[in-house]
Amino acid sequence: MTRTKDEDRGLPPFSRLRLRDGLGEAIAGLVQRPGRSVLTMLGTVLGVGAFVAVLGLTSSATQQIGNAFTALTATTVTVQDRTPTDPSTTPVLSFPPDADERVQRLNGVAAAGVWWQLPLRSPSVGTRPAPPGESARARSVRLFAASPGALQAARPVVAAGTLYNQFHRGRAEQVCVLGAGAARLLGISRVDNQPVVFINSTPYSVVGIVSDVERLPDLLLGVMIPESTALRAYGPPRDSPARMLIGTDVGAARLIAHQAPLALRPDRPELLTAVPPPDPHGLRDEIDTSLSGLFLVLAGICLVIGAVGIANTTLVAVLERRGEIGLRRALGAGPRHIAAQFLTESTVLGTLGGLAGTAIGIGVVAVVALAQEWTAVINPYTVVVAPAVGSLTGLLAGLYPALRAARVEPLEALRT
Amino acid sequence: MSAPEAPVIRLRGLSRTFPGTVEVHALRPVELDVREGEFLAVVGPSGSGKSTLLNLLGLLDRPTAGTYELGGIDVAGLGERRRTAVRGHLIGFVFQSFQLLPYRTATENVELAQLYVARDARSRRLRAVEALRRVGLEHRLDALPPTMSGGERQRVAIARALVNRPRLLLCDEPTGNLDSRTSEIIMELFEELHRSGQTIVIITHDPAVAARAGRTLVMRDGELGSTAETPA
Ligand SMILES: Nc1ncnc2c1ncn2[C@@H]1O[C@H](COP(=O)(O)OP(=O)(O)O)[C@@H](O)[C@H]1O
Ligand SMILES: [Mg+2]
Repeated sequence: MTRTKDEDRGLPPFSRLRLRDGLGEAIAGLVQRPGRSVLTMLGTVLGVGAFVAVLGLTSSATQQIGNAFTALTATTVTVQDRTPTDPSTTPVLSFPPDADERVQRLNGVAAAGVWWQLPLRSPSVGTRPAPPGESARARSVRLFAASPGALQAARPVVAAGTLYNQFHRGRAEQVCVLGAGAARLLGISRVDNQPVVFINSTPYSVVGIVSDVERLPDLLLGVMIPESTALRAYGPPRDSPARMLIGTDVGAARLIAHQAPLALRPDRPELLTAVPPPDPHGLRDEIDTSLSGLFLVLAGICLVIGAVGIANTTLVAVLERRGEIGLRRALGAGPRHIAAQFLTESTVLGTLGGLAGTAIGIGVVAVVALAQEWTAVINPYTVVVAPAVGSLTGLLAGLYPALRAARVEPLEALRT
Repeated sequence: MSAPEAPVIRLRGLSRTFPGTVEVHALRPVELDVREGEFLAVVGPSGSGKSTLLNLLGLLDRPTAGTYELGGIDVAGLGERRRTAVRGHLIGFVFQSFQLLPYRTATENVELAQLYVARDARSRRLRAVEALRRVGLEHRLDALPPTMSGGERQRVAIARALVNRPRLLLCDEPTGNLDSRTSEIIMELFEELHRSGQTIVIITHDPAVAARAGRTLVMRDGELGSTAETPA
């Protein structure tokens, strides 16, 4: 062992500085001038704070989209009739009569059905077979043809009665289901007394009232009749095209959107367009790349300014404390210990700045989220990495001043 | 191990020349032995090379030529890292301008000297308090240097120099910034340390101060001359 050899020669062991003591000296050095230390940290605080705020706001906003983009949206496919709806030509329905069955047969389809707006111009809707325009209250009631499958796909909450079914559809019965809004406008709240709704004097028995739907909220203001009944009474849709609403299993939407037109019209799939749900990743990427890039650049600039600030202050401290450096060298500190002390000071400054910045950044995210009624989302890694970014800034900023401090000649320094 | 009679300091042909357009022979080759427990004063006019000699003794400077044995170790040939260790463990410094850290208490200033010998915090504190008691400052442990008198500050500095129990105490004009009454007190303290066996080399241009030392050497133009032994 070299140590024993040293002791044989009567040599003292090399100077050492314990980690704890080094840290203590650095903190003591910083507390000496608290005002200056705080000012020095400012750039780092701003830089790290901006980083945390930008990352937090981005992830919160993304989460917002995630919230709006529920499983429901992700499992909804709409198929639209592309046949031009020209009033001059005879309207046609591109959906086959067994459209619901064809699509429901596909793997991954939960429910599917065709619906459209009834091709009636200023119809009269009321609870009595009255002359047109009598029931002013019912004007905003909308009229829909909707297959039983379409009603199912809308995921309704039935408040009273039942939905009509394949039986009604098969026989093209004159039945209807009311949305909650339409029911209120028509003054109908129960079905056990067998209410009837007249559309242009044609009676339709109300079989059920729907208080809410998850898809197709338009239905809440509507009177829905089976599409077979509608075709027979009013013909195919004219002003707005027929659509098919498909509820799929999770993850199946894009595939179903691809398959549906061919399943419906193997002869002419081009007559139908399927609209899949938007790609959530695409949406998120868009948000990530738009404003946050700019803010991250600004945060980076703040950090560079912060680093320059720390470097400058530490360098001034080195020059100011030349006497102290000389004294420490006389007391047995080596150049490495002096360098370590100033490097630790700058790193502690950077770390404190990073911590303060992280706290401020989180605060900004929280306040914005509160104001926007968002759920604040901050990646836990951010909270760990952000102060470390501050530490790294301080460490890099301290390199040159520490080198200068290590080079101070003890004799020169002590002479002052 | 060095024999007990071996001198603490043995200089043979030690010299220091500052290079430049005109070379300055700050210290001409000197032969000197300082025995264990000796109290040596070096006097001489300003610019005669006293500080140059002391800096060489304290390993704060390197000689141009010659050998220097400290406690039997040839320290002139040691590398910088080893010289730093020798400074920390074997030498205590007392400076004319005290060199205390103004934001640290008396105790903390004394503790500073033990930082680089990696002593743990508790024994550092104990030793610092003991050293301050030894210089009569047990009532000023938590005082900050700016609130202390010159004499008190220099006593803190002496406590700091003693706290690692150095083989050698080196003092460069320790009373240079003090009035004569305070100087008296400091010199009495040095005498007391000398009586307890501490080896001391002190530089001064005050004859009254030098008179307290066991041996006085006069420095003139870089030449260490007339050795006068005064009975202790
Ligand atoms: N670093 C240096 N460079 C050049 N000359 C120096 C240096 N240090 C001291 N000297 C010169 O060496 C001589 C002795 O100086 P010094 O030992 O400080 O004298 P004293 O302490 O006795 O007043 C002086 O002439 C001084 O100018
Ligand atoms: Mg001098």
